[in-house]
Amino acid sequence: MAQTARTEATRTALGPTLARLCREGLDIVCVDADLGYSTSAVKFGQEFPERFFPVGVAEQNMVGVSAGLAACGKIAFCSSFAVFAPGHCFDQLRMAVGQPRTNVKLVASHGGVVTGEDGASAEALEDLALMLSIPTFSVVFPADVVEADQAIEAAARTEGPFYIRTLRPKTPVIYDDSGYRFELGRWDRLRKGSDVTLIACGELVTSALDAAEMLAGEGVQARVLNASSLRPIDRETLLAAARETGAIVTAEDHFVHGGLGGIVAETLAEERPVPMAFVGMRDRYGTSGTWDELLEYFSLTPPAIADTARGVLARK
Amino acid sequence: MARAQTVSIDELKSIAKRIRRHIVEMTANANSGHPGGSLSSVEIATALYFRVMRHDPQNPLWPDRDRFIVSKGHATPMVYSTMAEAGYFPVEDLMTFRKLGGKLQGHTVMQKPPGVEMSAGALGMGLSFSLGHALAGRLDGRDYHVFCLLSDGDCQEGQTWEAAMASAHHRAENLIAMVDRNHIQNDGFSDYQRFPAGNGSRPQRPGGWVLKDGHTANIMNLEPLEDKWKAFGWSTQHIDGHDLEAIIDALEQAKAHTGGPSVVICETIKGKGVSFMENNPDFHGKAPSPEQLKQALKELAD
Repeated sequence: MAQTARTEATRTALGPTLARLCREGLDIVCVDADLGYSTSAVKFGQEFPERFFPVGVAEQNMVGVSAGLAACGKIAFCSSFAVFAPGHCFDQLRMAVGQPRTNVKLVASHGGVVTGEDGASAEALEDLALMLSIPTFSVVFPADVVEADQAIEAAARTEGPFYIRTLRPKTPVIYDDSGYRFELGRWDRLRKGSDVTLIACGELVTSALDAAEMLAGEGVQARVLNASSLRPIDRETLLAAARETGAIVTAEDHFVHGGLGGIVAETLAEERPVPMAFVGMRDRYGTSGTWDELLEYFSLTPPAIADTARGVLARK
Repeated sequence: MARAQTVSIDELKSIAKRIRRHIVEMTANANSGHPGGSLSSVEIATALYFRVMRHDPQNPLWPDRDRFIVSKGHATPMVYSTMAEAGYFPVEDLMTFRKLGGKLQGHTVMQKPPGVEMSAGALGMGLSFSLGHALAGRLDGRDYHVFCLLSDGDCQEGQTWEAAMASAHHRAENLIAMVDRNHIQNDGFSDYQRFPAGNGSRPQRPGGWVLKDGHTANIMNLEPLEDKWKAFGWSTQHIDGHDLEAIIDALEQAKAHTGGPSVVICETIKGKGVSFMENNPDFHGKAPSPEQLKQALKELAD
């Protein structure tokens, strides 16, 4: 893992990746709810206008139209901000996509407090919980733009419902030139360690790596896992981490209830309980600020993750 | 191409009567279900499956089939009975309706059995799904039509109007909506319009009001419904939804219409064909008792 200086927003992967896949012959269509420039979906539309269907600001219709297209054999992508989809259209995702397993892929950008200046209403903190509550959805939260591109390709090439969460700000690229290949259901081990495991998703993967570096200075060897695949999870890698390190910290830009912390705790509670702690949002909504200010304000930082790890180590 | 287009109106009427008998029998047998809004849409479904639609019961996923997409997913007794009569599955299967281990759930499930186009039961979703089929057909150069059946309740859901707006925007001329306008929904009358105030079997609901002409807007007034569709950019027709010839004519006209989507508002009677169910909100979601079944079958005899 070579951490580079490059930063890029994961949301920029959508349009170019769909266009590339369509050029390669995949029968892709894209339904858009008036945020195509922000989600980058419009870049697909510019190249394939006959396959790009705007529906205006109407997320319920967006999902329903996508399901109809999928029922006719199309690989139907749709996109919006995560507060609007799944926020506005949970029942449509449940009834028209989740239950009949139509081949619909929702790629929602602007997840988490890192959405920034727009404030609480724009910062999705429940989207992963909503999508994880529909059992037929694969749910992916890529750590950087390289993984986002690969996750979108995996969604296009895998039959069935997908939810992919992308982000607004430019975040560090960790997989440049790494030869990394995203696999659904596999968590990448970015750092070895046997004292504690830091499991993170999205932009907090970088923060977990930085936290591990801080802990190493104190002689604590922290393992770091990129839990980009939230359903299916990488059960084997998770259980091995619990067995081999005996302490777990999760970190996510989302409410800890129903997100990464929730699914890790559910799995370990049944199969291998170990001391755990959760870094994430709890009991309150976001606010306005720059994205890095907000991470600081809500304690979603490397020092906070390291601190949480020290706490959990004390309970080992 | 599978359907003989030559079934006479008399034959259609006798098929419709058989479908009505199935509806009351299968709901009585299940001791639950939605007979009222099934009976109101029998002629619409009969006209589609036996005259208007291009479809093949032996090949339900035929890519070139016309689609019948039922947004009012509770009207399963009508959907399953018509499909069984059309040859999609044995009529005996209707007696497994709503039973554990049966093939026919209480609300529609996509392609269970094959030929059921959509999972529904939460109102408001069918027109969006239909538009997706219509856009896919155009993209693939297929000449099928998509027929979407909506209820009064569907027309109260915001998503239906999102889809109506988008269908006109995308000039979906292969999309035809039909409103089963029976004026009754779960809790009672939506709006009386054709009923003098106070004609309901239930007292008027709180929240309703009396229109200038003395009729009552009860749960939610949908009028002027045709003007609403027009304003959304649709070509409209307004017909008697129990007149088979009128339905066939209207649907053929709608198929011939170009440049945008068409809607046919079908004025119907909830519970049509069974005296004690007609215009009776109680039978929106209640099965007939064994005695009521006997009476209903007597009224529906050939």
